[in-house]
Amino acid sequence: MPATSFLARERTIAASGYSRWLIPPAALCVHLCIGQAYAFSVFNLPMTKLLGITQSTPDDWKLTDLGWIFSIAIVFLGLSAAVFGRWVEEGGPRRAMFAAALCWSGGFFISSIGVYMHTLWLIYIGYGVLGGIGLGIGYISPVSTLIKWFPDRPGMATGMAIMGFGGGAFIASPLSVWLMAQFNTPSHVGVAEAWICMGLIYLAFMMVGAAIVRVPADGWAPEGYVAPAESSRMITTQNVFVYEALKTPQFWLIWWVLCLNVTAGIGVLGQASAMSQEMFKGQVTAVAASGFVGLFSLFNMGGRFLWSSTSDYIGRKNTYFVFFALGTLLYALVPTSGAIDSVALFVVCYAVIFSMYGGGFATVPAYLRDMFGTRYVGAIHGLLLTAWSAAGVFGPVLVNYIRQYNVDHGVPAAQAYNTTMYLMAALLVVGFICNACVTAVNERHYMKDEPAGRAAAAVGGN
Amino acid sequence: MSGSSNGLKLFLAWTFVGIPLAWGVVQTLINAIKAFH
Repeated sequence: MPATSFLARERTIAASGYSRWLIPPAALCVHLCIGQAYAFSVFNLPMTKLLGITQSTPDDWKLTDLGWIFSIAIVFLGLSAAVFGRWVEEGGPRRAMFAAALCWSGGFFISSIGVYMHTLWLIYIGYGVLGGIGLGIGYISPVSTLIKWFPDRPGMATGMAIMGFGGGAFIASPLSVWLMAQFNTPSHVGVAEAWICMGLIYLAFMMVGAAIVRVPADGWAPEGYVAPAESSRMITTQNVFVYEALKTPQFWLIWWVLCLNVTAGIGVLGQASAMSQEMFKGQVTAVAASGFVGLFSLFNMGGRFLWSSTSDYIGRKNTYFVFFALGTLLYALVPTSGAIDSVALFVVCYAVIFSMYGGGFATVPAYLRDMFGTRYVGAIHGLLLTAWSAAGVFGPVLVNYIRQYNVDHGVPAAQAYNTTMYLMAALLVVGFICNACVTAVNERHYMKDEPAGRAAAAVGGN
Repeated sequence: MSGSSNGLKLFLAWTFVGIPLAWGVVQTLINAIKAFH
């Protein structure tokens, strides 16, 4: 039997009695690893001193050059999730997790050679391109499997995995610092060795996920669960083929819903520390601001699980209504917190904003499942992640440029973010309208006669 | 698959992902508390 058959979808069909609660840890094995991307900035400063060791020399890399590594990775996350989505869906979760593990760890290994040779383009290719592909495939790999195992609670199930992506940074950040400290010498920063270790750790961890993961047998349902025979108004029992989804207004409306929610969040995510210090000069130090950022990250992670689980009860559309309505109010309140000098109000506003930023990511797979069915939800989710890539460009650009424009025109630093926050609130109003326009998909988009091969691949052939 | 072997697998799988996640969250909380002090 060829070794590759171990990866085949039919080899991952669960035996009778298999507990579906083994699937979330399998998904977490992948998402906790690829979540390292959020903590990549830990390496930025050490990488500006690879030659000078204690301080940067003229030949050392600049922060502006290093910033491209993360940007390339996020772009390739979106592209690979869109391009490989159908392959992931039809090949099964184990094959996808295996491929993601190889790409993700391979990215670290190639990048460590780049650091060793002091060749930046090797890091762009390694972490940026190869690692970015690992990010994209890894991110969507467990989504449809979780939804199939948890038809009764799809929001909670995908929320658990996507919470892991938020939590990965909590592990990677202290781990990276510790590893660099172990390999740091008077003539050596230790980045390359830290990356080799991280590549090996992530490879092993993700392989465990690939080994554990299973797909349910055809016709399986949780005990006591009766699948609805007919579609309800906002939850379909039919399936839409991955590329057919692109022809529906619902896909593009949800694309904008995600893009606007993420644009608003990501725009202030990177500025939270600077913003708190500038708005509350003399009250919030740099150290306290870093504490805020840690706290906000916890809310970002917790919100992924809590909001997506809540969506199982109040519905996906209502959950996004809450994000956009409450978000508009909170973004508009942030300048007021500065005006009345209330650090507490600022922290509360931001904590809830970040919980909804994470919640937006975690709730969207279940929203897609409600609209387009379970068959190609992972692949459709992959296509939708291009909204994340777009938001990754829009958000920081909006915040940085508007702030700079205000400062250049004599606005005091403490008030320089006010326009931005009101603009973000306006974006959320647009998001609210897009969400309100989402209705059930027209029946003409549903799959009818499936080619036998495609159907067999999609259900495991048994 | 017996209930006890299922239980053991569940315990091992959740411990495998739970310990690093809990460690990371605790580290973040410690740093946040230090910063507030």
